[in-house]
Amino acid sequence: MTAPAMELRKVTKRFGSVIALRDVDIQVQPGEVHCLLGDNGAGKSTLIKILSGVHRPTEGEILIDGRPVTFRNPRDAQERGIATVFQDLGMIPLMSISRNFFLGREPLRGVFPFRRFDKERANDTARQAMADIGIDVRDPTQAVGTLSGGERQSVAIARAIHFGAKVLILDEPTSALGVHQAAMVLKFIIEARLRGLAVIFISHNIHHAYPVGDVFTLLNRGQNQGTFRKSEISREEVMNIMSGGEDLRSLEAEIEGLLAVIADNPGGSNAGANP
Amino acid sequence: MAEVGTTGSSKRRGEADERLAAAGWLTRLLRRPEAGAASGLVATIIIFALLPGASALYSLQGSLTFLTLSAELGIIATAAALLIIAGEFDLSVGSMIGFAGVVIGLTVRHLDFPLWGGILSAFAVAIAVGWFNGFVVVRTRLPSFIVTLATLFILRGLSVAITRAVTGRTQIPYILDDVPDPGTASLFNGNVLTGLFQWMGDLGWIATRSDGVPFVPGIPMSIVWWIGVTVVAAYVLTQTRFGNWIYAAGGDPEVARNVGVPVSRVKIILFIGTACSATLLATIQVMDAGSADTLRGLLKEFEAIIAAVIGGVLLTGGYGTVYGAMFGALIFGLVQMGIFFTGIDTDWFKVFLGIVILIAVLVNNYIRAKALGEGTAR
Repeated sequence: MTAPAMELRKVTKRFGSVIALRDVDIQVQPGEVHCLLGDNGAGKSTLIKILSGVHRPTEGEILIDGRPVTFRNPRDAQERGIATVFQDLGMIPLMSISRNFFLGREPLRGVFPFRRFDKERANDTARQAMADIGIDVRDPTQAVGTLSGGERQSVAIARAIHFGAKVLILDEPTSALGVHQAAMVLKFIIEARLRGLAVIFISHNIHHAYPVGDVFTLLNRGQNQGTFRKSEISREEVMNIMSGGEDLRSLEAEIEGLLAVIADNPGGSNAGANP
Repeated sequence: MAEVGTTGSSKRRGEADERLAAAGWLTRLLRRPEAGAASGLVATIIIFALLPGASALYSLQGSLTFLTLSAELGIIATAAALLIIAGEFDLSVGSMIGFAGVVIGLTVRHLDFPLWGGILSAFAVAIAVGWFNGFVVVRTRLPSFIVTLATLFILRGLSVAITRAVTGRTQIPYILDDVPDPGTASLFNGNVLTGLFQWMGDLGWIATRSDGVPFVPGIPMSIVWWIGVTVVAAYVLTQTRFGNWIYAAGGDPEVARNVGVPVSRVKIILFIGTACSATLLATIQVMDAGSADTLRGLLKEFEAIIAAVIGGVLLTGGYGTVYGAMFGALIFGLVQMGIFFTGIDTDWFKVFLGIVILIAVLVNNYIRAKALGEGTAR
């Protein structure tokens, strides 16, 4: 196999005495969707921030195409082809699609005192870039705020692909979306994979991650609980490890016990609920 | 909201990759941020046309009077609008007007600067003040409201203190006397198209004095400057990369920074812009009056913000246009003169102004919700 597009080796991140991540190893290959799964508090957010250059690891190293790198800031990571789509999507709702698409990288025309933002080219390019991955934009000058959640996510993905990202990091891209919209975003994730991008898909929703994922890394309490190819693991097994199977079973038992108490004593619980 | 993704919904036809049909132009026009202000202006014009005094208000002389008022406000409102769109306020504009006048007056009268030297000194001071405001705001991340409120007092205090220390008074008269530089002065207090107006006067189309000179000798330079400032600002805002950054800085500074927009630089430049616009207005006023007064520009900062807000500029930043500020300034000037000409007690001007502000903000809210699609306004 060729060198991974992006690799973390023994990455540890401490915030004071809190260990957010411990000895995490992850390899992401081009043309592969790598799902990072974990419950709340598993260390997903910290991991994304390390991958995207917001935080620097306390220990361990990051490699891109087999070479160790240090990101000074998110911009630095972007310039090395790491595009992160955060939950806020990096877009400004009151600005148009094409203005958002090119924000910070505006195409220009004309000579100095009259050098201006080439809006026609921006509009055409934005529309074309989105059509390429199958998004139908009616009007690239409409405000991003008018788009649905799934459409915004798609614009952000199209932008990352257009600007030559090698690694596309998606932070919970489907968590706030309905079924239909989520399916649309999953389709664009597959599209990005087909173009040879390494996709890191962070989620706590196994039902969205499992269908599109090739590799699954399970995080729990800041540690890598194992990396599995899709053929090696079933959806149920993933769920089990994610939630910490033991914890879930004891929780179920606890809830059943609680329900039994309520069933035995309906008057008492009502009285307690209505002060 | 969910069906927006799959069909054109009620807004547009569903076909992709085609230019929009011209049929939507009215909708698009009404969706523009300044649409409310433009309709407000039309309404104001009509209202005053129906009131007594309309003939005097809409005469050539009356029109140019209110246009001059609008121009003076419009110059600072335009710069204020850009700054508000970028997410900041400058409350020191009014004090800067007074201070710039003092700088011109003192350098010319007491340091024997040539007139152009005095004006350039005032602009140099403005650049320093604007830079200071911007630098403190972006460095400390304090609200610009507070930072520039401090500058408001500092500049006003300096104007009075320095002027009184040097001249013993709070005014600097006779600035233009024995300054043999009519060229520079006329750049700010002259008129253009004087030939045309004289010609119209000769033909009897416009009123003339007994010596044949028209009552209105031409278009005052303040209006020319206003048009110039508006055109340049509108060009920068809508046609340049810097304009894109202005919207982004006000829309979401964190997002903007993450994609590489130099948000701090954008804001500092716009603070310099508001200070320089105040200085331009001060120069026009000093050249017009021939004197500087330390109390010039009192409360102008609020008028500038009001004009921008009436014009559809969102107070929270990220949205608005330069044309909006222009319409806002026009409404302001028209109402101020209109109330005077109708014979209504001018004390009512401020009541009216307050009502207009309230209506403007409500209309803006509505329009922005429309622009973002129903119900999705943040």
